[in-house]
Amino acid sequence: MSSLFRYLLKHHAFVLFILLETLALVMVFNYNSFQKASYLNSANRLSGNIYQSFNSVTGYFGLIRVNRELAGENARLRMLLENQPVQPDSLKYLTSGSDTIIRYFPAKVINNSVSRSFNYITLDRGSRHGIKRDQGIISAGGIVGIVAQVSDSYSMGLSVLNRRWSVSAKVKKSGAYGALTWPGENYRIARLSEIPLHVDIEIGDTIVTSGYSSVFPEGIMVGTIDRFTRPGGENYYQIDVLLSVDFKTVSHVEVVEIRNKEELKALEYLPERQ
Amino acid sequence: MRYLVKYGVMFVVLVLAQVLLFNQVHFRGYLTPFVYILFVMLLPVSAPRYLLLITGFFIGLAIDIFSNSLGMHTAATTFIAFIRPWIIRAISNRDEDRLEYPGLKQNTFTWFLYYTIFMVFSHHLVLFFLEFFTFTNFLVTLFRVILSSLFSVIIIILSQFLIFRD
Repeated sequence: MSSLFRYLLKHHAFVLFILLETLALVMVFNYNSFQKASYLNSANRLSGNIYQSFNSVTGYFGLIRVNRELAGENARLRMLLENQPVQPDSLKYLTSGSDTIIRYFPAKVINNSVSRSFNYITLDRGSRHGIKRDQGIISAGGIVGIVAQVSDSYSMGLSVLNRRWSVSAKVKKSGAYGALTWPGENYRIARLSEIPLHVDIEIGDTIVTSGYSSVFPEGIMVGTIDRFTRPGGENYYQIDVLLSVDFKTVSHVEVVEIRNKEELKALEYLPERQ
Repeated sequence: MRYLVKYGVMFVVLVLAQVLLFNQVHFRGYLTPFVYILFVMLLPVSAPRYLLLITGFFIGLAIDIFSNSLGMHTAATTFIAFIRPWIIRAISNRDEDRLEYPGLKQNTFTWFLYYTIFMVFSHHLVLFFLEFFTFTNFLVTLFRVILSSLFSVIIIILSQFLIFRD
């Protein structure tokens, strides 16, 4: 026993190294449970505060672009509103609107990255503003990501540019849907798979969210088809999608809450539980 | 005590500079310089090894928390903290007096250049392979490691001329 101690003492650096390195690797491979458990992500109070105060300074530099984007979005929404056929019967609103209520919370991006293979986004809104886990994040341009962790006043989400996440998306023209993932090389390009070969697609076709995932409402812009190939021996296209959101400049976003989500989820998972 | 304050300030400054400034640099879309490893590099040469390892672990953890990459930077900095004594031994001449502070001013430019290259490359190698190993092929990742290392080395050397001069 004493010789063991002597050995450990003599090689304490090596033993300590193995210990710390193992701890680090355990964190890498169990990132999910560690991030969930505690303050080990950028939504914690300290890093949230630091990012927010830094952003309150640097935020001014992008104001011209942000204003232009918001004015464009306003004009688009106003056009949609004006061209909406008038519905004199308000009962219709009440009955059709009551089962699915979609709410949008505005939020500001206070930290963001595009250069890594798992990119995250930090927002200046948290649970006390109504943000919950698994809510979608969109911007004027289209989908941005999904909320992963929420603290009191900040939240952290996976952006589309994260290889640990995929979202259901469809070709707007035909309605054929598949999974949108990010292969990890270019921050402008995502990949849409599982679109069968019999579906007609062209370069430039619009890709939108399918609404099947209960994270995003249907029809949120994702991007356009940049190019596509037919891998030999497979029944599916491999489609490169040019994302409509420029993740380098994304600054103001909205978090989507779909109110009947819990019920929908419960219903969808019912057979599995039995 | 003086050391504690000096390295404490350095820790905070380097972490903030890394997460607020350098993490926002995406040269050509994917090149980000990692300058914070200067902290591990600039610890006194005679610092006990357990101290090297523990401080290396915690500066990596701090960067990881800010950038949501839990464990990756921690593993990389712990690794370079472990191999640092061997790197210093390998690049130093036997007859050369080993100075306490391994900065640029205290040593020759070539010595510091080699020191930076070895430390940065080892760090980036661990970091990038932890980030990419399951997906992309080996050569692409290695290419990224080399390009990013080059970028980081340049910034670290420049920073020595500008700030960490004492």
